[in-house]
Amino acid sequence: MSVALFYALAGAGLFSIGLHALLVHRHLLRKILAVNVMGSGVFLVLAAMAAPNAIALSDPVPHAMIITGIVVAVAATALALVLMLKLTAETGQAVLPGREEENS
Amino acid sequence: METLISWAIDVALALLVVSLAWRALASTDLFKAIVLFIAFGLVLTLVWVRLNATDVALAEAAIGAGVTGALLLAAYAKLRATSPDAIVDRAGGISGIGAISLLILILLVAAALGYAVWTLPSDYTGLGKEVAANLDQSGVSNPVTAVLLNFRGYDTLLEIMVLLLALLGAWSLGITIPRPEAAPGLVLDTLSRLLVPLLILVAAYLLWVGAHAPGGAFQAGAVLAAAGVLMLLSGRELPAALATWPLRLALVLGPATFLMLAVITLILEGRVLKLSPEWAGRLILIIETTATISIGVTLTALFMGAPPGEEDR
Repeated sequence: MSVALFYALAGAGLFSIGLHALLVHRHLLRKILAVNVMGSGVFLVLAAMAAPNAIALSDPVPHAMIITGIVVAVAATALALVLMLKLTAETGQAVLPGREEENS
Repeated sequence: METLISWAIDVALALLVVSLAWRALASTDLFKAIVLFIAFGLVLTLVWVRLNATDVALAEAAIGAGVTGALLLAAYAKLRATSPDAIVDRAGGISGIGAISLLILILLVAAALGYAVWTLPSDYTGLGKEVAANLDQSGVSNPVTAVLLNFRGYDTLLEIMVLLLALLGAWSLGITIPRPEAAPGLVLDTLSRLLVPLLILVAAYLLWVGAHAPGGAFQAGAVLAAAGVLMLLSGRELPAALATWPLRLALVLGPATFLMLAVITLILEGRVLKLSPEWAGRLILIIETTATISIGVTLTALFMGAPPGEEDR
């Protein structure tokens, strides 16, 4: 197993951990962290694919895509945080209204 | 022996990254979660270095860990100021059979992803050779900068637009949260006086060096934003005269220059952002300089959350 493949598997693991947290937790700040961890997992797989073995020239295209991805992620995170603050200002809670609240 | 040490480092880093992510997402205290997430970003930076992605490492350290961390901590403080109840993370709404079936589903997803990664062809060569062959036509000698600003310039154009759109979205929501009135301590005040000029210098260096070594507009913009955030934290405010049109001008300078160049190249060269080799180096420097200013100001404005002058209304 190459180093790149090892990190790619770690990236798949990060994605799964993030997905689990995204579904399990109700607090929106935690969900935002979870989405960021999922994104990092995707970037890790991409970067690992850029250098499949130690001899090959590492591919700058995935690297450029990851940098683009990091910037888009921070933009999305910033907007999500403001949306969360707006929701908290309106409802006093940083959670999305769940099914039980709707029924009651 | 050398490969053994190398493997030990890789295994330790991967375990550290995964365990930090796990603890950040599982810890009961939200503040602790954010701090662990920042630590996760910093360890991930080391992973990028291990994967020979130095440009990505710089971007991750400056933007992924730095700016995101500052944004998260600022949001946490505002959340606490809005309602002390809002920072309490109650246990999830899923329990019992639901939690177990969800766990099984996630494990299946993880297994499928792992299998997909495992079976990826290893003889894949990528575009490294093509980039290397055309590098002398791009105007820069750092391949990542060549891809970002020449070969796939439209990606970067759209990315800068996304950043501006995020700020427009944040501003249009019009959150008005009273800022906690805490005078900055002497240490922070002195430190910011020393650090801000240094940060501006580092940003300029990263911008310049990006043409032939790891660095570039996004890393430089994030360092510039760090200077802006530090100024805001130490209680300095944007002068009212600059908060109106000069701020807007700084925000759109990068996107507008980039867009104008896209239109001009479309008319003259017949293809969007096709930079002719003899001009490419200079054009990339112009795009990167204006983009650095706009990225720095946009990220600082995102940290503020509301247009200056309106936050105390």
